[in-house]
Amino acid sequence: MSAASAVGLAVVWPLFAIVLIVILRKSPNLREAGTLLTGFSLFGVVAGVILPVVTAGGRPRLDVLEVLPGLSLAFEVEPLGMLFAMVASGLWIVTTFYAIGYMRGHHESNQTRFYICFAIAISGAIGVAFAANVFTLFVFYELITLSTYPLVTHAGTEKAKKAGRMYLGILMGTSIAFLLFAMVWTWLAAGTTEFTPGGILAGKVTGVELMVLLALYAFGTGKAALMPFHRWLPAAMVAPTPVSALLHAVAVVKAGVFTVLKVVVYVFGIDLLATTDASRWLTWVAAFTIIAASCVALTKDNLKARLAYSTISQLSYIVLGAALATTAGVIGGGMHIVMHAFGKITLFFCAGAIMVGAHKTEISELDGLGRRMPFTFGAFLLGSLSVIGLPPMGGSWSKWFLMLGAAEAEQWVMMLVLMASSLLSIGYLMPVVVRGFFRAAPADDHHAGEGLHEAPLLCVLPPVFTAVGGIVLFFFADDLWRLLTGMVP
Amino acid sequence: MMDALWNLIGDDLAALQIAMPLLTATVCILVRRPMLAWGVAMFNAWGAVVNASILLHRVLTTGTISYAEGGWPVPWGIELRIDLLNALVLLVVTCICAVVLTAAPRALAAEVPEDKHYLFYAAYLLCMTGLAGMTVTGDAFNIFVFLEISSLASYALISQGPSPRALTSALQYLMMGTIGGTFILLGIGMLYMVTGTLNIVDMANQLGAVGPNRTVLVGMAFICVGAGIKLAVFPLHVWLPNAYTYAPAVVTAFLAATATKVAYYVLVRFIYSIFQVNFAFEVNRLDAVLIPVGIAAMFVGSLVAIFQDDLKRMLAYSSVAQIGYMVLGLGLANEHGLTGGLVHVFNHALMKCGLFLVLACLLVRVGSTKLAAFAGLGRRMPLTFAAFVLGGLSLIGVPMTVGFVSKWYLVLGALDAGMWPVAVLILLSSLLAVIYIWRVVEVGYFRTAADDAPEVSEAPFSMLLPTWVLIGATVVFGVWTSLSVGVASAAARMLLGGAS
Repeated sequence: MSAASAVGLAVVWPLFAIVLIVILRKSPNLREAGTLLTGFSLFGVVAGVILPVVTAGGRPRLDVLEVLPGLSLAFEVEPLGMLFAMVASGLWIVTTFYAIGYMRGHHESNQTRFYICFAIAISGAIGVAFAANVFTLFVFYELITLSTYPLVTHAGTEKAKKAGRMYLGILMGTSIAFLLFAMVWTWLAAGTTEFTPGGILAGKVTGVELMVLLALYAFGTGKAALMPFHRWLPAAMVAPTPVSALLHAVAVVKAGVFTVLKVVVYVFGIDLLATTDASRWLTWVAAFTIIAASCVALTKDNLKARLAYSTISQLSYIVLGAALATTAGVIGGGMHIVMHAFGKITLFFCAGAIMVGAHKTEISELDGLGRRMPFTFGAFLLGSLSVIGLPPMGGSWSKWFLMLGAAEAEQWVMMLVLMASSLLSIGYLMPVVVRGFFRAAPADDHHAGEGLHEAPLLCVLPPVFTAVGGIVLFFFADDLWRLLTGMVP
Repeated sequence: MMDALWNLIGDDLAALQIAMPLLTATVCILVRRPMLAWGVAMFNAWGAVVNASILLHRVLTTGTISYAEGGWPVPWGIELRIDLLNALVLLVVTCICAVVLTAAPRALAAEVPEDKHYLFYAAYLLCMTGLAGMTVTGDAFNIFVFLEISSLASYALISQGPSPRALTSALQYLMMGTIGGTFILLGIGMLYMVTGTLNIVDMANQLGAVGPNRTVLVGMAFICVGAGIKLAVFPLHVWLPNAYTYAPAVVTAFLAATATKVAYYVLVRFIYSIFQVNFAFEVNRLDAVLIPVGIAAMFVGSLVAIFQDDLKRMLAYSSVAQIGYMVLGLGLANEHGLTGGLVHVFNHALMKCGLFLVLACLLVRVGSTKLAAFAGLGRRMPLTFAAFVLGGLSLIGVPMTVGFVSKWYLVLGALDAGMWPVAVLILLSSLLAVIYIWRVVEVGYFRTAADDAPEVSEAPFSMLLPTWVLIGATVVFGVWTSLSVGVASAAARMLLGGAS
């Protein structure tokens, strides 16, 4: 199989799962086996066929068709997209295992629809990762929005419907009003929307217009959850936890920041932004989002809500990395896509395991629970360390590079922001662990002292796996760095 | 045998577009048996599609077709003239006629007494005669004649609706439509006064020689307002929501995708072919009227649509908004903008006709088009409802659907004209479509049907197929655009080049 055809295959492969799911819908075990089979084979194609080519410096390309003159559906894999596709397809497998445990343990209904929409969303994420131009990226970006809407509204309650409205309203609204506009503008100015190393806008858009165009891209990508377009993310927490874990910590939100990063590197070009200072304002917006969202997270007692605000804050790390417009900054941003994915998915997995195993959703109820659920809380600790950015977790490296990027750009304030944010994240994540392990269980808790009482095995193993993955990444940061240097000429 | 037949009619295809439906309409009245009348109409309608495809192919390969009726030389005799512009419109009109007619028998059974079916088919064919006639003719006065034929037939069609309000709606449309027709006639009369000819090409040439002239200006005003009424451009749209709501569902599907589209064609033909860009836009600044009116229509139509409880009325107001897009494209008067307007004729016909057919399916099964009737439809009629969702996405302008293609060109056109606020408004107005479509999607998927609701099954195949043909086409032509965009942009270049 040539790498080019593998690229096309990877994009449509998750849709193959739908066929299996529909055929096997009568038997839940076989149905989930279908999803897993697709997941493993997808990861095999991405990691086994495409990755070696890209690592060797290749850029496999597949032109599908030209929809309008100069606007074609095409895929081309470069390092950043490679990385995102690896993360999305790899964690899809883990999440599917987790979903089996969670959805059954939590007695959720409409599971067939759940798995189908999930598969479409993954196809969308792979499409975004491999898109060769803004148009293709936009198509798959919208596909993600539409396919995750039924997942957000899964419960069908009034609250879920309201959340769904906000979800669709903000994500679709910003993408049509701003992102589409930015795309048309780019096309008119540059005559193309192809992602090109070094960018396509140099000399074509200048001055204030450059800033406006960047703003249209940054805010048009609602999935990046830049303030003030962040409200959809906490609202989306009404979805089942596997959705919050994979989609609202990894696939959907990372598709957003990935878009920002990719546009900065391949449409604007970091040299253009660095010389014109057109992205200086964006560093401030990102910094504000980082700090403000962390502060909000401190005030949330609901565990998933706290994690959601933490995600908003962490996403802006990546936007900040892009806005710094330095080599280390964009590499740090790219790396943070991976590191944060592993850290945050662990935390969400744990939150779901606590919900299934102990039926607790509020942080103030977690006292003493760590002794009964040591694996869950242990994984939560590791995940927290990664998000905070402490060794021996992978998260420390991405933060390191972001700091380096801020130093290169001589933006000392941004270094302070990053440090302050680390402190804040200690403030909102550690209490969970401390309460679990060190506080005594409340007196009226008659389960206390009953010994080990974890959630079903399939709810506990995945977070342990991803937490360990966070440690492994600490030792393989060098490989990530070498891969990512390929994106800046 | 085929060769002989071909030699006989090969050159008369344009004339057959008018003669065939006129003839078969009378046949329908003679045969009286509903299914037989339907068969005759189907034969004619699908024949017209083949005919229109051949005509478009010929125009693309050999250029404009001119046909002298009765052998009288142009410009003294009446000319049928087919160029890229009306070849495209003709294809849209005939395809819609044929597809809607395919779905008609089952849909009519729910709304019109069976003994009137043959008359219905006859009126339908007469309406088709008028629409095809307006499209193919090269004679300004003929446009008026065929306009009246199609209008009279459509009043009859609308009044067939089951509700008594169908009659008042038809009457309202009759009055508005007659005023519109009269205005067009007055305008044509004034042009005739100045040029002494009724042939469109000849008239355009003569006008070029006349120079600035108040009679011509007044004529243009009359024609624009008259065509505007038939096109239902805001604020001349008041007849449209009632007519669409109370007409039988198939009639709505048919009219929404053809009557307004042909009226749009007439407006484009007069402005670009007869008055031409220089007179209309540079001397008289018609764009200063058309662009604000188009934008107002986009917003008013969509905003009102959000608050409708009857889905037929909601889609009717959505049509008012979509007509706004077309008028905007017309007013931008540059290649991208006009391409957007013209391609939207094609695209909007597909999606709106498909959506109205979904409502026809709903009427047959659930018996209502109120929002509440959609409760639980995602489970009860999954295929029908999926068609609605897909058509709705197209209306919003999601990429890979036809709606995106239209919007892309309109935004490009606005930016080309240096009017970036207009581009912003186009995009903002599509957000309103998200709201009115998603209200329905929510009800369909999340509200469960009332316990006493009758058990319903999927719509009959004979209606589901045409619906999905159209909805499928909104995706196909959203990805494969060389036919729709190719012809529309070539037509736009031709119109802007001044040649007709």
